[in-house]
Amino acid sequence: MANQVQYTYDPAHFQRSEPLKYSPDELKSGEMIINLGPQHPSTHGVLRLEVVADGEIIKDVVPHLGYLHRCFEKHAENLPYNQTIPFVDRLDYLAAMNSEHVWCMGVEKMLGITDKIPKRVEYIRVLVAELNRLASHFVALGTYAMDIGAFTPFLWMMRDREHIQRLLEWVSGSRMLYNYIWVGGLFYDLPVGFEERCREFVHYLKPKLREVEEMVFSNKIFIERTAKVGVLPLDLAINYGVTGPLLRGSGLKYDLRRVDGYSVYPELEFDIPVGKGEMGELGDCWDRSWVRAKECDEALRIIEQCLDRLQGDLKRTRDFDPREAVPKKIRPPKGDYYIRGETPKGELGFFFRADGRSDVPFRCKSRSPCFVNLSVISEISKGAMVADLVAIIGSLDMVLGEVDR
Amino acid sequence: MNTTFEDIYQHLLAGFGEEIRGRDEQCSPAAIKVAPAAIAEVCKTLHTREKTYFDQLSCITGLDNGPEAGTMEVVYNLYSIPYNLHLSLKVELPRNNSNEEPLPELPTVAGIWRTADWHEREVFDLLGIRFTGHPDLRRILLPADWEGYPLRKDYREQEYYHGIKVRF
Repeated sequence: MANQVQYTYDPAHFQRSEPLKYSPDELKSGEMIINLGPQHPSTHGVLRLEVVADGEIIKDVVPHLGYLHRCFEKHAENLPYNQTIPFVDRLDYLAAMNSEHVWCMGVEKMLGITDKIPKRVEYIRVLVAELNRLASHFVALGTYAMDIGAFTPFLWMMRDREHIQRLLEWVSGSRMLYNYIWVGGLFYDLPVGFEERCREFVHYLKPKLREVEEMVFSNKIFIERTAKVGVLPLDLAINYGVTGPLLRGSGLKYDLRRVDGYSVYPELEFDIPVGKGEMGELGDCWDRSWVRAKECDEALRIIEQCLDRLQGDLKRTRDFDPREAVPKKIRPPKGDYYIRGETPKGELGFFFRADGRSDVPFRCKSRSPCFVNLSVISEISKGAMVADLVAIIGSLDMVLGEVDR
Repeated sequence: MNTTFEDIYQHLLAGFGEEIRGRDEQCSPAAIKVAPAAIAEVCKTLHTREKTYFDQLSCITGLDNGPEAGTMEVVYNLYSIPYNLHLSLKVELPRNNSNEEPLPELPTVAGIWRTADWHEREVFDLLGIRFTGHPDLRRILLPADWEGYPLRKDYREQEYYHGIKVRF
């Protein structure tokens, strides 16, 4: 049995498992249904879009999700809080540190040990999270430029992302899925020499960001493809619950790092870039991407400040133990909690219900930013050209691992 | 900052009376319990009232308390961007313990926040709670021909799906 192919083929399987929302018989004259994905490079993962088009004009887009559903919430209900961290990594696999940070912060808040976390641990967390934010935005911008025809930025940004991945590999042992931030502390302290190497990297990266900015954002082709495309008005963005660079691209200065002021972010200086509609209309694809590029600068500023503190008053000591505050037993008191934090994609929230009697959550729900951000796609692509759909998908910057969970 | 949880609670109590089933301040954010039939109206009030203006729906979570308890819950996490206010609303509804009984039902809030559209589809998909008046209530994460609702406490996976053994 083990070596046999178990799947029984039936032509009706596809129709039964993911039926189209629109029926081909009910289309108007000239309309057609185009299927985009799930295996299509411009969908950035396994996303299937059912596009109803009238010639080149899009009438409606229906996303079909779930190709990467890995039962995160069911797993989380069956595992102790600390053992779920590797699963949290795999939600948004391009920004695992940020997700870990939110998860651990949430569990610490439930346990009431937020104040007991050593300052050095908090600064290291912010440092690695911002490094990961850079890496995530690099993938977003690089692949986005490639989607609409520029190949060079992709290679340049992947090259620079590689440096970040190697730094984080040095810290945690893995390149993408770290399991580095623990509830109450860290896996290990930073390796010796990391701060110096990281500072070198910051110096290296600063001019590179300028290069990319010049090459991408003032490029005529890039502007023509993205300005006035996929305009997302602010009221619609809020009503859809859109967060992160999309919401800021629509002009609202709203960043949870400032609004909630969690971790050590209140002690750090950074600006929140917002879209201004410089090249076209407020909230178009250009604005969203530009916000991401500007956030890279801000992330670098935060990294520098963290390094200053980590080499200054919080520098490593022989007896510093990053696991000092790690609780032996994680059993939060009974209650419901909703905890949120800012990942590169937007507001990542976790809803927990703890029953106070066991080490596993009674219910854990992840409010993923990509899931919510993706839901706006049919609204902003109505009336656009089919070719612009690729530009719109890319500007949403979603990771299907987080959409499908 | 002048609107407090107490204000919101008192306002809802005055407007809805019996439909407000109490409060739970152990939660973070603090919760108000609402009768299932009134949830859409309560949300509408909170969304439009100038003093609260909950313009963002952060999250909708469905919970199953298991067949012994015989109840399911839906928790709405609201957030007001201009006032920086958090609130959660809790709805408890009877659970169907067998496939013969109809699924529990709740009015939709998708007309108030478009976020609710996909979140309610997800709750329907994974927990089997039907939202009446929802514009497009289909399964969202699982295939349309999947059997059962996986996040229910008594869920047993089907044996075969398209000839593939589900339990490995």
